[in-house]
Amino acid sequence: MTNKAASDLSLSRVFVMTLKRDLLLAYRRRNDLVSPLVFFLMVATLFPLGVSPEPQFLSEVAAGVVWVAALLSTLLSMDSLFRSDFDDGSLEQMLLSPQPMALLVVAKVCAHWMISGLPLTIMSPLLAVMLFLPSEGLSALVLTLLIGTPTLSLIGAIGAGLTVGLRKGGVLITLLVLPLYIPVLIFGTGAVQAATGGLPIAGYLAILGAILALGIVLAPLAIAAALKISVSN
Amino acid sequence: MSRPLLDVKDLFCERDDRVLFENLSFSVSRGEVLQIEGPNGSGKTTLLRILSGLSKAFEGELIWNGQALADVRDDFLEALLYFGHLPGVKATLTPEENLRWYAALHPQTDSITERIFDALSNVGLYGYEDVPCHSLSAGQNRRVSLARLYLSRAPLWILDEPFTAIDKRGVAAIEALVETHSQNGGSVILTTHHDLAIKGLRQVHLGGENSTEWGTSGGGK
Amino acid sequence: MAKSWKMPKWFYQLGSPRWFYDISSRLLPWFVIAAVVLLTVGMVWGLAFAPADYQQGNSFRIIYIHVPAAVLAQSCYILMAIAGAISLVWKMKVADMVAKSCAPIGATIAVLALVTGAIWGKPTWGAWWVWDARLTSMLILLFLYIGVYTLHTTIENDISAGQAGAVLSLVGLVNIPIIKYSVEWWNTLHQPATFTVLEKPSMPAEMWIPLAIMVLGFYCFFAVSLMLRTRVEILHREKRAGWVQQMIEEQ
Repeated sequence: MTNKAASDLSLSRVFVMTLKRDLLLAYRRRNDLVSPLVFFLMVATLFPLGVSPEPQFLSEVAAGVVWVAALLSTLLSMDSLFRSDFDDGSLEQMLLSPQPMALLVVAKVCAHWMISGLPLTIMSPLLAVMLFLPSEGLSALVLTLLIGTPTLSLIGAIGAGLTVGLRKGGVLITLLVLPLYIPVLIFGTGAVQAATGGLPIAGYLAILGAILALGIVLAPLAIAAALKISVSN
Repeated sequence: MSRPLLDVKDLFCERDDRVLFENLSFSVSRGEVLQIEGPNGSGKTTLLRILSGLSKAFEGELIWNGQALADVRDDFLEALLYFGHLPGVKATLTPEENLRWYAALHPQTDSITERIFDALSNVGLYGYEDVPCHSLSAGQNRRVSLARLYLSRAPLWILDEPFTAIDKRGVAAIEALVETHSQNGGSVILTTHHDLAIKGLRQVHLGGENSTEWGTSGGGK
Repeated sequence: MAKSWKMPKWFYQLGSPRWFYDISSRLLPWFVIAAVVLLTVGMVWGLAFAPADYQQGNSFRIIYIHVPAAVLAQSCYILMAIAGAISLVWKMKVADMVAKSCAPIGATIAVLALVTGAIWGKPTWGAWWVWDARLTSMLILLFLYIGVYTLHTTIENDISAGQAGAVLSLVGLVNIPIIKYSVEWWNTLHQPATFTVLEKPSMPAEMWIPLAIMVLGFYCFFAVSLMLRTRVEILHREKRAGWVQQMIEEQ
C-alpha cells in the first residue's frame, strides 16, 4: 500500500514538475508568447477590412470570426509544442523514463493551453467588442472558448506529435488537424449564436464538455503513440 | 548470478536496403562493460537505439532478466539510463533546473538537491548551476548531460559516444565512473572511439570491410 | 522472415505478404468479372430502365453513381482505420500495406462522390454547391483522407509512415461520428428546408434494386483496385525477399 501511495505521489510530482518546467521555458522565452495573440487580433481585423465594417454584419459573424481566429492561432503555436524537445533529445529522455508517457504529454499540453488557449480566451472580449458581438453573447463566447480551447490543444498535439520529426511539419499539421477541429467550431459558435438569440446554452456547453472529456481520455494515448513513432523514425 | 541481465539473440537490422547487422548475438551480465565497436555508419547508434527500445526496426529477440523485453518494459525502463547523441539539455534552463526535471522523471527517495549539486561538481560545473545552458560551451553542455550518470541509480547504462566534446580529464573521470559502476554490479553498454582501459572490458564488432549493398556483417563476441 | 507471432497460424498466414500475393492473384479475375458485370447491369438498368423520379425527372439518375461512391468512401475509411489498427497492434505487414493503399483510393472515391453530388445539385438546388449536411461531411472526409495520404507520402521511412497514418486514421475514425453529428446539427440550424431525396420513405423496387447492384459493383471494383495497389506495394517492399526474386527470374 505504501508502495502504491509512493508511486501515486511520484506521478503527481512528475506531472507538476513537467508542467512547471514547460511554463518556465515559456516564461524564459516570453516574447514568443505574444505572436499567436497578435495573430489572433490580426485575423479578426482582416474581416471588417476584407468584407464590411457594417456593425450589423459584423455582429452577425463575430462569433464565427473569433472562433476561427482562435482555431488558427492555436494551430500556429502547435508546431512548437514538441519541436524543441525533439531537437534536443528531451523527448527521448521522456520516452525512456519509467513514467507513463501519456501523463507527461498531458502535463505538456496543459502547459501549452495555459500559455495559448487561456490568454486567447481572456483576450476574446476585446475582439468581441471590436466586432460588435451583442453583449448577451459575450459570456457564452468566453465560456465556450474556455471549454473548447483545451480540446483544440489536445487534438492539435496529436498532429504535432505525428509531424515533429518532419522538417515541414508546420504546414502538414494544419492539414491533419483542421478537419478534426470542426465539431468544436460548430458547437462553439452555435452556443454564442444561441446566447445572442436569447436561448439557453447549457446543452452546447455539455456537448463541448463531453468532447473535452473524450479528448482528455483518448488524446494522450494517441499523442504518446505518435511521439513514439516520430522518435523511432 | 549466471543469468545475463540483457540477452540479445539473432538481431537483424537493415536501413535503406542495407543490412547493418544480422545474426548478431551477445549478452551483458551484471558488472560487465561492453563496448560496441565499428567504423562510422556500421550501425552502432542504431544498435543502441534498438537496445533502449527507441527503435523497433529490427528482427530478433531481446531478453531482459530472462523475460522478453517487450513484456517487462516498465521494469527495464526503471533500470535504464540512456545517454544518446542528443544531450537532452534545454538551453534556456540552468544546469540545476535541467537535472531537477531529469530527477523527477527518475524519482528517488533521498534528498535530490544535494545529489544534484554533487553531480554538478563532479562534472566540473560547480559554480555554473545557475547559468543558463545556452551561455555554456558545447563541452559544458555535454557535461550537464553526463551529470546524469552521477545522479542515476539505474543498473544498466547505455552510453552513445559519451566522450564527445569532453576534455582529457573529463574522459578519465567518466571512464573511472564507468569502472566504479561495473564494480558495484552495474552494467554498461557503450560506443566510443577512445581506447578504454577498463578491466574486463568486452567488445562487440559491427560492420566493416564487407558492408557492401547486400553484404553481411559478422556478429560475434 | 523470422518473426515471433503471438496469434494463431491462420493469422500468421494472413499477415504474410506472399500468401496475400498468391491468394489475391487467384481472386482478382473473379472480382474483375463481378465488378464488370455488376456495374454494367446496374448502369444500364439504372440509366435506361429505372423509372424517372416524379420530382426530379431524369436528373436523379446520378444517384446510381453518387450514392455508391458516398457509401464506399465511408467504408473505405473504416477499412483503412481497422487495417491500421491491426498493423499497429500485431505488426502485420499486409494490414499496413492495405491501409496505405486505402488512402488514395478512398480520396479518389470521395472526390467522385463530391463531383457527382455537385452535378446533381445543379438541377436539384439550382447551384453547383450547397452546404448540405451529406456533402459537407463528405468534404470533411476527403480532408481526412488527404491528411492520411499526405502523412504517408511525407514520412520517408515506410514503417513509420504506416504507423503514423494508422494513428491518424484511428483518431479520424473516433472523430467521424462526432463530425457527422455536428455537421447534421449545424445543417438543420442553418438550412431547415433542404429536401433530401434519399430519406423519402419508399423508393420503388425498380429504383433501388439497380442502386443495390451498383453499390455491390462499386465494392467489387474497390476490391480490385485495392488488391492491385496492395500487390504493387508488396512487390515494392518485399523486393529483396526470395520469392519475389524467384518470380522475377521466372518471367
